[in-house]
Amino acid sequence: MPDLGRYALEVSLAYGVSLLLLVGIVAVSVAQSRRTKRLLDEAEARWKK
Amino acid sequence: MSFWEYANPRRFMAFTDRVMGPAFVLAAVALSVGLVWGFFFTPDDFRQGSTVKIIYLHVPSAFMAINIWVMMLVTSLIWLIRRHHVSALAAKAAAPVGVTMTLIALMTGAIWGQPMWGTFWAWDPRLTSFLILFLFYLGYMALWSAIEDPDTAADLTSVLCLVGSVFAFLSRYAVNFWNQGLHQGASLSMDAEENISDVFWFPLLVCLAGFFFLFLALVLLRTRTEIRKRRAHAITLRERAA
Amino acid sequence: MRGLLIRDLRLAIRAGGGFGLALAFFLIVVILVPFGVGPSANVLAPIAPGILWLGALLACLLSLDRIFATDFEDGSLEFLATAPVPLEGVVAVKALAHWLTTGLPLTLAAPVFGIFLNLPGGGYGWLVASLALGTPALSMIGAFGAALTVGLKRGGLLLSLLVLPLYIPTLIFGADTVRRGVEGLDAGTPLILMAGITFGTLALLPFAGAAALRVNLR
Repeated sequence: MPDLGRYALEVSLAYGVSLLLLVGIVAVSVAQSRRTKRLLDEAEARWKK
Repeated sequence: MSFWEYANPRRFMAFTDRVMGPAFVLAAVALSVGLVWGFFFTPDDFRQGSTVKIIYLHVPSAFMAINIWVMMLVTSLIWLIRRHHVSALAAKAAAPVGVTMTLIALMTGAIWGQPMWGTFWAWDPRLTSFLILFLFYLGYMALWSAIEDPDTAADLTSVLCLVGSVFAFLSRYAVNFWNQGLHQGASLSMDAEENISDVFWFPLLVCLAGFFFLFLALVLLRTRTEIRKRRAHAITLRERAA
Repeated sequence: MRGLLIRDLRLAIRAGGGFGLALAFFLIVVILVPFGVGPSANVLAPIAPGILWLGALLACLLSLDRIFATDFEDGSLEFLATAPVPLEGVVAVKALAHWLTTGLPLTLAAPVFGIFLNLPGGGYGWLVASLALGTPALSMIGAFGAALTVGLKRGGLLLSLLVLPLYIPTLIFGADTVRRGVEGLDAGTPLILMAGITFGTLALLPFAGAAALRVNLR
């Protein structure tokens, strides 16, 4: 760890919050993508039958 | 081959299938390099101490927050003029990413402001403009989710995006004017890019690239999701009709 | 067009909501403020310009969703869309009718409400001037928002979310005009800037509103 001095809390908080938000939007997007892909595959399988 | 070929959903899906993976990899590499570089290997500023490291999150997210709105404006225009569905869906896909960027910019700004200005929030023109931008994103997304028919939703949100852009621009200048009346000269500007030294500038550039590629990858992924959703919806409608 | 205006005004008056409701709402907001911040004139006087503008803005918001909703439900909007008048004109006339039933009474009543809030003497002229020039923009922007949300069942809340951010520039310049008037500064600059926004809005938003209506009537 680098020596963050007396602002250690602020700096780590900023990094923590931002990374959390970034990971959050990526996770939500990936989850939605998977769910829709499955739904579409099911629908197309039904349609072809 | 013309750029407009990608307006065909099938072409778009095939093309983005190849592009999306590399975009995610580039984003991950640039973000980890830039943020690790910025966090561990840059010196502290003599005035701001270690809080200067927040710049590697704050500036790229703020930059993206504004440019994502511009991208939504362009794709909305393309939808209104050329009626390419992919374009409208890309605008829809970009909005949640834009909101996230705006939130990151606002929150890192507040966290930076507390030790530096002694307050989490000041009604500085820049901060206020960003809060207003946040409201515009919220309204845009709310309108998308409120309308059932996809084409109607695409049309109405595009019109809102056009009008909203004009008013966001007006607000920017109105806010400058308004704040001047309150406290002149209190320059709380973060815009130190001209005198920022190379030690800070290079990792910042890498982070900017990282945020951009992350946005690109996310928009492609989310647009693909929207296209699939649309297709699944069409199939269910056909089934019901059959 | 003139017939449409007269018809809308008559409907608004007959429904009883038009003139009365917005004014009553404005009055209540103004009366509630001293309960919230205390009756001291030292507190009320500096915030009076902002409160009066905010109150007028919220009162304007109250009746927006009715601009097109009733006509949409009974089908007369479709009739208007096929009528030989341009739809842009219809939107403008609707906004004008809304202004005549809310913006205009609010402007006329605002000085009276200013007394309640200890608005200092220099502000009254600027208050009336800024409201007279600013409320048409509020009605026009509102008509655009109403056109966007007309097809929705519960569009009221969404309408406020969409319209309020668009009101920001008008509010900033309007309240600033009155504040500067109170402080004896040059209030002409924000007033002129606000008038610019109003005229720009009146010129352009009928087209956006008509576009939104056409989509909703498809």
